[in-house]
Formats: sequence, structure tokens, C-alpha cells
Amino acid sequence: MKPPPFDYHAPTSVREAVEVLAEVGAHGKVLAGGQSLIPLLNMRIAAPAHLVDINRVAGLGEIRTDATGVRVGALVRHAAVERSAAASLAQPLLRQALKLVAHPVIRNRGTIVGSLVHADPAAELPAVLALLGGSVRLASTTGEREVAAADFFTGPMESATRPGELAVSAFFPAWDGGTKFLEVARRHGDYAMAGVAAAVRLDEDLRVTAAKVACVSVGPAPVVVDVTAACGGRPVASVEWGSVVAAVQDRIEPEADIHATADYRRHLTGVLVERAIKAAADV
Amino acid sequence: MYDITLIVNGVPREARVPARRLLSDCLRHDLGLTGTHVGCEHGVCGACTVLLDGEPVRSCLTFAVTVDGREITTVEGLATGGRLSPVQRAFAECHGLQCGFCTPGFLCTTTAFLRENPAPTDEEVLEGISGNLCRCTGYQNIVKSVHRAAELLAEEPS
Repeated sequence: MKPPPFDYHAPTSVREAVEVLAEVGAHGKVLAGGQSLIPLLNMRIAAPAHLVDINRVAGLGEIRTDATGVRVGALVRHAAVERSAAASLAQPLLRQALKLVAHPVIRNRGTIVGSLVHADPAAELPAVLALLGGSVRLASTTGEREVAAADFFTGPMESATRPGELAVSAFFPAWDGGTKFLEVARRHGDYAMAGVAAAVRLDEDLRVTAAKVACVSVGPAPVVVDVTAACGGRPVASVEWGSVVAAVQDRIEPEADIHATADYRRHLTGVLVERAIKAAADV
Repeated sequence: MYDITLIVNGVPREARVPARRLLSDCLRHDLGLTGTHVGCEHGVCGACTVLLDGEPVRSCLTFAVTVDGREITTVEGLATGGRLSPVQRAFAECHGLQCGFCTPGFLCTTTAFLRENPAPTDEEVLEGISGNLCRCTGYQNIVKSVHRAAELLAEEPS
């Protein structure tokens, strides 16, 4: 099908963009990579009266990396971060997750910040941001605010972005330890039936001193669970996985759909939690 | 309506389009380049894949107005001087197509893929073409075609 008609705006600066967004309010939608939005338009699931195309906005294409983490501008494509050696060094979980986002051709257009604002509970990047305790910077005519991941994902396909606001960048903090993103999908590149991002830190004797996971497709938003206590300060080889898995399964709320039952998603999440933590510790 | 100019296969082409015109429809309906095929129109099948400034993208998930002034390569632009490109020849040689509907997307995807990875492994080929669906071939001959195209490209660097 074809997209419904809309008024098109193509601002060239953040200032111009937020002015247009303020004017159109709740009737406006931001277009960046369009890899989630345009299918919704083509299928007539969404029909915004105004589309604000930010592809010509200057200053949103930067990847800034330092020891504290990676800041990604709103026009940075998935593929650009996937290819960035500096970004991968500062936060390896980004590349691990991006390899699982749709297909390479989609990643050439799709944007990191767009994925975050889209806030699909089955998507990888919201889980990465939530796991790492990152944040999203939102601009409006009245200034900027930085929203922590814990407050950003408010529900399925819902973020804290208000009408009139433009997400200009996202910050993925570094993690002093190992990470891994694993998921199970019916076909490679499809939405995951279950997925787990893990971040683990070990002491000199290889005992787990910190471990947390973020689960996708098993709740209205990424479900982050700190399993440090459940790991019991033991080395990975002697962790009691049953209690770690139970700690996570207590917190998730999987639902059934055509791809998998709720029980199956719960089972997969348990399997992936153990695998992802072991893999994250194996560095 | 918006007046846009796209550099299509090296030639500046002008079109007057509504903002909601998909790049795939602009190429086919406004510019008459029907080599780019439209399958699912929501980014799943890959038949509409074209090269935007050399990078493969879904033309059904791109608005023509967004890419005003940019360079587009479609399947019509792969051959040079009446001679099929190495990728096209490999697909013909290895029987990498049957009905041909998905072929323009595979050719564009493969052209860009081999530019970035001139000697891919089997696994890399599968990953590279994973976003393109074919309902005829069972993919075996498409995978062979991609490997053969890599050989042909290595033999005759352009």
C-alpha cells in the first residue's frame, strides 16, 4: 500500500526542526531513517498529519567516543556504528546488538536514536540503552533535557518524548567488564521471540562481582534485572543457574502471539540468560 | 508537490512528486524505470533494493523527496556499454534466477556487498543476502552466483 498524504517539512537546523515540531504538536512525527515509520505509513497503521524530515538537519550525524562511552547523533545510521572501530572498542555491546538488527540493507538507513524513540519492546537497542543505564537527549523550543533510560521507555512503542520534542542524541555508557547479546528468532533478522543482553564484571579470582541482564520481547519495555546477588559472588563455573534464571523469570511478563507462546518465551529467556552471562564472562 | 532531481544511473532526472511518493514508485512511475520491482512494500522482501550513493537501501522505505540531489543506481545502471556486469553474468551463468522478480534486488545487494567484501565466505554471503527473499530458487544457485560474481570481479577489476 501507499503512505497516506501528509504535510512535509524539511528543516535544516535543530532550531528550525523544534520550531516546526512545536507548531504541529501531537500531529507531527519525526522522519529519520524511516525503516520503522515508513512501513507503518505504507500499511496505514500510522497517519500523521505532518512529517518532519530531519535528514537535512546539520550536526546530528556525529559519533563521539571517549572513555566514558559513546554518544550517537540522531542521524547516525546503524551501519555507521556497526563499522566504527572506536565505538566498538568503547562499548562492544553496540556492535553485538547491531548485528542482530534486521538486515544489513535496513541498517544502512535505520538510525540508532530512531530505534530508541520507536521503543519497540522486541528491539535490541532499547535493551542495550536500558542495560547500560544510558540516556536520550531531547530538544525543544524551551531547551534540552537528558532522560535516563529507566525513565525513557514508558510502554510498548511509547517513550518519554513529548509532542514538540526532537531526540537529538543518545549516550551509551562504557562498561568495565564483559558483555553479550543473544537472541532467538524464527528466521535470521526477524524480531526476536526472546533476547538477552548481559553485562558482567569479575574480580581477580574470576568471581562475579556484578551481573545484570536486559530482556527483549518479554514485557512492555526492556526488562532490566540485576542478578549480582543471585550469582552469589561465585566464579561463573559454579554459579547456581537455577536461581539466576528464576530471578529473571520472576520479573518478565511474556505474552503469547503467533510466533511463540508466553511459556516458550519464558523458557527461551531463561536459556539465554545463562548463555549470555557465561559468554559475557568469557573474555 | 515537490520538484526534485535525482542522479539516476549517472543521469540527472527531474520529477515533480508529492511528499508521500516512495522512491520505488518515483523510479517506476515518474521516471519509467520499471527494472526496480516492488514486492511487499514494507521492507521485508528486498525486491526494491537500489543503491543510494553506492549503498544498498530499500526504495520502498525511502521517500523520493528525502533523497533529492542524491545518486541512485538501479538494476538498469549495472551493465556498462551493453555488457552485463560481472554480477549479472554470474547470476545468468549459475542459474541464480527463475521468474526474475526478486533479481533486481539481489543484483543491487550483491553488487554493493562484493564491493565491501570481495572474497566472502559462505556464511558471509548468507548474511549479505539475508534481507532478500526468493520464492523460486531455494537460494542454492543464488549463493553460487554470488561466489561466481566474486571470481569474475577478481579476474577483471573495473
